Formats: sequence, structure tokens, C-alpha cells
Amino acid sequence: MQLPDAEQLLADLTEQLRPVVDERIAMIGIHTGGAWVAKRLHQALGFSLPLGVLDIPFYRDDYSKIGLHPQVKPSDLPFEIEGSHIILVDDVLYTGRTIRAAVNEIFDYGRPASIHLATLIDRGGRELPIAAQYAGAVLSLPADKMLELKQDTDGKLSLSLRDIRFPEK
Amino acid sequence: MNRNPQLNKHGELQHLLSTEGLPVSILLHILDTAESFAGVTEREVKKIPLLRGKSVFNLFFESSTRTRTTFEIAAKRLSADVINLNIAVSAQSKGETLLDTVNNLSAMHADMFVVRHSQSGAAHMIASHVQSEIHVINAGDGRHAHPTQALLDMFTIRRYKKDFHNLRVAIVGDILHSRVARSQIHALTTLGVPEVRVIAPKTLLPSKVERLGVHIYHDITQGLKEIDVIIMLRLQNERMLGASLPSTEEYFKYYGLTQEKLSLAKQDAIVMHPGPMNRGVEIDSAVADGKQSVILPQVTFGIAVRMAVMSILAGN
Repeated sequence: MQLPDAEQLLADLTEQLRPVVDERIAMIGIHTGGAWVAKRLHQALGFSLPLGVLDIPFYRDDYSKIGLHPQVKPSDLPFEIEGSHIILVDDVLYTGRTIRAAVNEIFDYGRPASIHLATLIDRGGRELPIAAQYAGAVLSLPADKMLELKQDTDGKLSLSLRDIRFPEK
Repeated sequence: MNRNPQLNKHGELQHLLSTEGLPVSILLHILDTAESFAGVTEREVKKIPLLRGKSVFNLFFESSTRTRTTFEIAAKRLSADVINLNIAVSAQSKGETLLDTVNNLSAMHADMFVVRHSQSGAAHMIASHVQSEIHVINAGDGRHAHPTQALLDMFTIRRYKKDFHNLRVAIVGDILHSRVARSQIHALTTLGVPEVRVIAPKTLLPSKVERLGVHIYHDITQGLKEIDVIIMLRLQNERMLGASLPSTEEYFKYYGLTQEKLSLAKQDAIVMHPGPMNRGVEIDSAVADGKQSVILPQVTFGIAVRMAVMSILAGN
């Protein structure tokens, strides 16, 4: 099937976010794909607060089934979470379990005033009551396909589809 | 070839008993995971839900403050329930065997045992005895191994020196009685440190220690030249049988680390010690508290490293 162009989705998402960004708003990207998208949005939209990065393997709900993810990166939230307004960014929104884990981790740093979710693609298939306030595109994909975001050496983003082995990366 | 008793059939870490024979990939995975846990202490909530609902039993058949406490903090930061057993004054003194003690605790649904024992091989024996869903961590067995201490030392070295591949490391003192030294030597050589020296009098070196791939020095003034990392070991009076040494004063004169001896190493050399320190025996107070000392950071890093080991084991 024909996948949307990731760079175009990023441009659309940037325009959706432009009206809401001000000096009080913070952005956090979820490692790895979400952090790529967040970095680009953060640059394009001129945030005052530094970009945060979250890695969520310690909060995943499938740890008891599949163990600890082999590559864990330290989370880095370089601003005060307590009372903050956060735009949380991921590349692909699917079951919602990654977002659940990310929200739990954020709350261990403090109590934010609000968290909104921005995603490059919402591919449906939610298993939890989670929704994206901002999405580059909404499309429906079969459950046996995994949608992956890739970044080439000069930072260009692209999407690819492959057969699945795990429900969500 | 015998399978490494620490690894499961997929080659993943099932128990942590020794750094000997562990592949470099597993050592690095532990160090990298520990980096992610190091930041948890600075957060509002210093807990991670990973081991929620799991029970960790600290089985200390031999006394320990630092190791037992840091294991306890590590397990609690991972949200596990921690049960501390001071076995030296309970069941064993009533005549119960080690395996009966372990059977009873397994019947209480333990998920992990952290074992310290004066007999070499105690943790191995427990690991080979327990059901497959229970994980065992060796927190020091006799003169044999103390893998989490060695791993936190590797974490400390990497934090200060970045890379293992261009380092000269000296381990100084009572190598003979030291499980820490054995575990360090295996970890250092596996991680690619090109030159590991042991500096000690003949009476405090195990026979054939050079087979571990180390260079032997009896003269500390020679041994410390060009050194990046100095690891001082405690003189283990309680394990010493007979006359290995004339006196502790004599020992300090020849092997105690003073500022003067430290100045023979590289300018930016770091000084480590697994603790507890005997000030004025193996290390001078001015060095222990000096600006090249990283002895207290070692203790702090020990928590993150033990969190990493526990979370990797419990997930396998």
C-alpha cells in the first residue's frame, strides 16, 4: 500500500501545533521515533523550554513477558514538570500502551498541569482510552503490519511497513 | 562444553554468580542499563514500577552493611518487596542446612535471592538448586567472587575514564583473600583493558595469579607508574591465617597509598576502594578524602548497577 510521506506529515503536524505553542509549553519526545519527530517540531516551532526525551522500558506493561528492552537510554527532562503544560510526541500511535507508560513516567517527575499528545500517524487499534489531540494523519492498518519511522543520515524521515513479530515496538 | 550456569538456554542472564565467563555484551548491557537508573535518584518519585509484586530476599550469612543496604535500596527503588534475613543469628545457628533454609524461603514465593556467604560456591549451589523462575545474585562468596562490586567498579571507571581500551589499571593489596579482585580482573580483561597490574607482597598473592592475564609487581613505586586507575583493597585481617605480614605498620609503609606514592601514577589517576577502608593501613586519609578519590561515588553508583542487574535478571 501507498504510505504517506513522513516529511509532509511532519509539515502538517507543525502547522497544527503552531497556534498553541507559547513560552509556557514544553515538549517531550518518546525515544526513538517520537524523539526524532519532537526534535524537528521543537526546532521548527521555536520553543523557549528545552526539549525533553523519555525512554519508557522501565514502565512497559510487557516486561514480565519479554523482559527488559536490550537498549535503554536515560530519560532527560530538563525543565520543571510540576505545573508544566506538556506536548508529548510519538511517531506512531497504536495500542496506546507506550503513551500510558510515558504518562506514568512523567508523573514520577512531578504533577504536570496538562499533557497533550501529538503523533505523526494515528493508525487506530487502541487498547486503552487514549487519544491524540494532534495527528499528522489518521489511517487504518491491519494488525499484522508494523508501521515504522526511519531517519536517514541527513535527518530525513520516512515510513515503512513490515510484517509483525511484536504488537508494538 | 559445559554451559555457563549463569545463563539460560537462550544465553540470557539467569543468575549473576561471577563476572568470569560472562560475554562482553552482557557486561555492557548491565553498565548501559545502570546509566538509565542513575538519574532516578534526582526525581520527585525515586521509584520505578518494574519489580512491583516481586519479593527479593537478602540472604546474608556473613555480615555486610554497604552491600546489603545498597541491594535493599536498589530493590526498593524498583518497587520490589525486600525481606532482609540475618541468617547468621537465626536458622543456621539452630542447625538448619543452607538448602533447607532456601527451600523454606522458596515456599514463601521468593522471586530473587541475594546471597552473601563465607563459603566459596554457596551462591552457585543455591542457583543450581532453586526452581527455574527464581534468580540468584551472588553478593560475595568466600574468596571466590563479588560480581556486583566488580560491575559497579567498571561503571565508575567508565564514568571517569570513558573507555576501557586505553587504560592501565592497578589493583593493590590483599589479592589473596579478595573475591573483589578476582571479579574485577575478569571484568577488566573482558571489557578490553589492555594492562591490569596486581601490586602486592608475595604472601598476599594467590599462586598462578598471572594466569588471569595480569602483570605482577611487588614494588608499588614501580607498579604505579603510568597508571590511570588505582584500586586499593582492604587488608582482610579476619581472613588471615598465620603470619602473612610482619605488622600493619610495616604494610602501610610499603603498600599503603599515600599522596607521595599516588604522585607516581598519572596526574589524572582515580583512586578506588571497595570499602570498608582501613585508614592508615592500606590507604592514607589524605588520599581517601583527596580530590582523586572516587570512593563515595562508587557507593552511589552501586545502587544503579544493582538495579540494573535485578531488572535484567527478573525479566529473563
